[in-house]
Amino acid sequence: MQGFISLFQAAVFFGTVIMFGCVGEIITEKAGNLNLGVPGIMYLGGISSLVAVFIYEGNTESPSPVICVLLAMTASFAGAAIGGLIYAFLTITLRANQNVTGLALSIFGSGVANFFGGSLNTLAGRFEQISVPVTSAAFRRNIPFLADLGVVGKLFFSYGFMVYLAIILAVLVQLFMDRTAAGLNLRTVGENPQAADAAGINVTANKYFAICIGSGICGFGGGYYVMDYIKGTWANDGSIEKLGWLAVALVIFATWKAKNAIWGAYLFGVLYWMYLYIPGLTRASQEIFKMLPYVVTIIVLVFTSLTNSREKQPPAALGQPYFREDR
Amino acid sequence: MSEAVISLRNVTKSFGDVLANDNVSMDIYKGEILSLLGENGSGKTTLMNMLSGIYYPDHGTITVGGKEVNIRDPKDAFACGIGMVHQHFKLVDVFSAAQNVVVGIKRKDGFDLRAVSQEIRKICDKYGFVMDPEKKVYDMSVSEKQTLEIIKVIYRGADILILDEPTAVLTPQETERLFDVVRNMKKDGKTVVIITHKLHEVLAISDRVAILRKGAYIDAVATRDATQEKLTEMMVGEKVELNIDRPEVKDKKLRLKVEHLSCYNTDGLQVLNDVSFDAYGGEILGIAGVSGNGQKELLESVAGLQNTMPGSRISYYSPEDGKEHELLGLTPKKIRQLGVHLSFVPEDRLGMGLVGSMGMSENMMLKDYSEGHSIFTDKKKPKALAEQILKDLKVVTPGISTPVRRLSGGNVQKVLVGREIAASPAVLMTAYAVRGLDINTSYTIYRLLNEQKSAGVAVIYVGEDLDVLMELCDRILVLCGGRVSGILDGRTARKEEIGRMMTTYAGKENS
Repeated sequence: MQGFISLFQAAVFFGTVIMFGCVGEIITEKAGNLNLGVPGIMYLGGISSLVAVFIYEGNTESPSPVICVLLAMTASFAGAAIGGLIYAFLTITLRANQNVTGLALSIFGSGVANFFGGSLNTLAGRFEQISVPVTSAAFRRNIPFLADLGVVGKLFFSYGFMVYLAIILAVLVQLFMDRTAAGLNLRTVGENPQAADAAGINVTANKYFAICIGSGICGFGGGYYVMDYIKGTWANDGSIEKLGWLAVALVIFATWKAKNAIWGAYLFGVLYWMYLYIPGLTRASQEIFKMLPYVVTIIVLVFTSLTNSREKQPPAALGQPYFREDR
Repeated sequence: MSEAVISLRNVTKSFGDVLANDNVSMDIYKGEILSLLGENGSGKTTLMNMLSGIYYPDHGTITVGGKEVNIRDPKDAFACGIGMVHQHFKLVDVFSAAQNVVVGIKRKDGFDLRAVSQEIRKICDKYGFVMDPEKKVYDMSVSEKQTLEIIKVIYRGADILILDEPTAVLTPQETERLFDVVRNMKKDGKTVVIITHKLHEVLAISDRVAILRKGAYIDAVATRDATQEKLTEMMVGEKVELNIDRPEVKDKKLRLKVEHLSCYNTDGLQVLNDVSFDAYGGEILGIAGVSGNGQKELLESVAGLQNTMPGSRISYYSPEDGKEHELLGLTPKKIRQLGVHLSFVPEDRLGMGLVGSMGMSENMMLKDYSEGHSIFTDKKKPKALAEQILKDLKVVTPGISTPVRRLSGGNVQKVLVGREIAASPAVLMTAYAVRGLDINTSYTIYRLLNEQKSAGVAVIYVGEDLDVLMELCDRILVLCGGRVSGILDGRTARKEEIGRMMTTYAGKENS
């Protein structure tokens, strides 16, 4: 039982990071832009929140947890959205290749983030590891009373607010896509930009909007990772990057539907951490287990193409630049 | 004559070095059906795209309803009451009809698809459309998609409808239905502009014909004063002989013997059922049939692209060694090397046969790149061939290295057909070779096919236009539901007879 609870909790922590990344990337891809810069954007979100909060906590006598949280959230969203804006400008306005631009952004994001992260660690001086205790505590504060409800409390209520925010966001994004006129317009842009244009939809504005908002949501993933997952510190070990790629894989697994990202993210978490709970594994065989989320993604890909379901395909114009007067 | 609802003055548009519209000044009158006639690449679509907000003129003015307007994007066009149905449908496959109709519109009552469906049904009743608002576009036939496009522009309140080559992909029956709808719209006071190059349709539907040639406006005439010959002359700029030559068959030699050919398509439906026929060198064998009755599968079986049922036999008698070859079981490449060539023009011309992002000369290399003796490809021959086709078929392109997808549809087709003919085959199969082509180019293609015939090639011509089949072909094979309902002599066959055989097999209705 204890093993199951801790696996479940580990999966939820892990899943929340990639759920943010996945939901953000779904918005981007629904607008027809394949942004492979998710890892970089999550890095940017993470370092932005850390820098902002570090400055605030360092210069204030008794930092307020509410301001800390708001500051961290705003910074992670804004930092990531700026990354998205760079990508949008390159791919939409300058019509650069989306894959190449995305990959470059991944490298750029991790470089920028690790540069500042390393600098912060140096600034922190003798501890050689910075920490933002007030913010991190605020992020990790679980729901009073409910968390103490024995097994149920441990399973469902022992997490910081970001875990629930991720689920709410995924549901909202799904509703936006399915039920609103703006969502329909956005999907049209990703499916057939010519059709969208002829219907009087501003393709460029929709793409910019979707990429910036989507990147901002990816950024929350980075913020959550820094503040909650690694408890308000910085690690130069590239683990955000790993999670970012899993978020991209999760988009495919979820067949571009935000509601599937919810359970998909937790499933990826279970698959990823399962090796810890299987006795008798060597170091080498552990790595095979860590591969499982990718294997599952490939199986889903094969399965969806076999069933030939039109509803489960990527947006039809994904990855293609749009220029009205092109023939 | 009633007032002009749209006036264009000195409208000019160029793409790079190509001048698409040169100082065009014309009027469109309220409540009329106007045909905009011109050859491929004469700038018809470009001109209308400036009215629908897809392109913006380099200079010139557009007046709608007496007011000078600036149409910068499709939204502005809707505000002026102009709606265009594009030749390449602008629909989202995974959306339902209702979703496609409502997309991009701000509705006052919020986002209520059920209300939209109701309104769509009302439009359908008014103009005589048949459309299920819940149906997904990927389940629709080409003609349903077109209907949806028309509903879409009417829903947006367009008074002036522009239809870009609406009949290019329709069967004769569907075309008739479309024309009924167009007449209903005229009765309702709407103005309709039809872009086309099919003369008999122009004469059948329109009140007035405006003619464009090489981007310039030539003139407009009332349809009742127009004749095919006169319109052709205005469109082409010179007199065109509208008779198709049919040289006598001489030196007839058996080239292809198809026996008991049957096959199933990917959905498990039998598309060919016990088809047997012979094709001879030195003659043109026409294949008639309602679209989708096995024509494609028949040609693909011969070309080695189709899985066939056991018992089928396709024997080929090579002119080189005089030996009999069994084609079934050979690879498409091997069949090509034996001299059997297929040029199939699909509905989307680029879909099969050409690579859109490559230039003409690179597309020439597609099928014989593996020839030659070194590891490097030989670029000289394809380049010369591309230049030859450019000259012979008068392909309009900035250069042979311009990606073919930038060419207009008819020109793309010329490249495709030209390449297959240039390979000097022993059996040449063409499907819909003149689909969407203007009159001058069509006659060029007929002439080329006749040249092949005279050179002893066995030509198999799958066509849609029965008049052309009867004028061009020596024998006509009629397909009905994947079966041969008869083989007629092209010189004596009557149109009614062919039409009846297309829809009935051995006296029975084809279901």
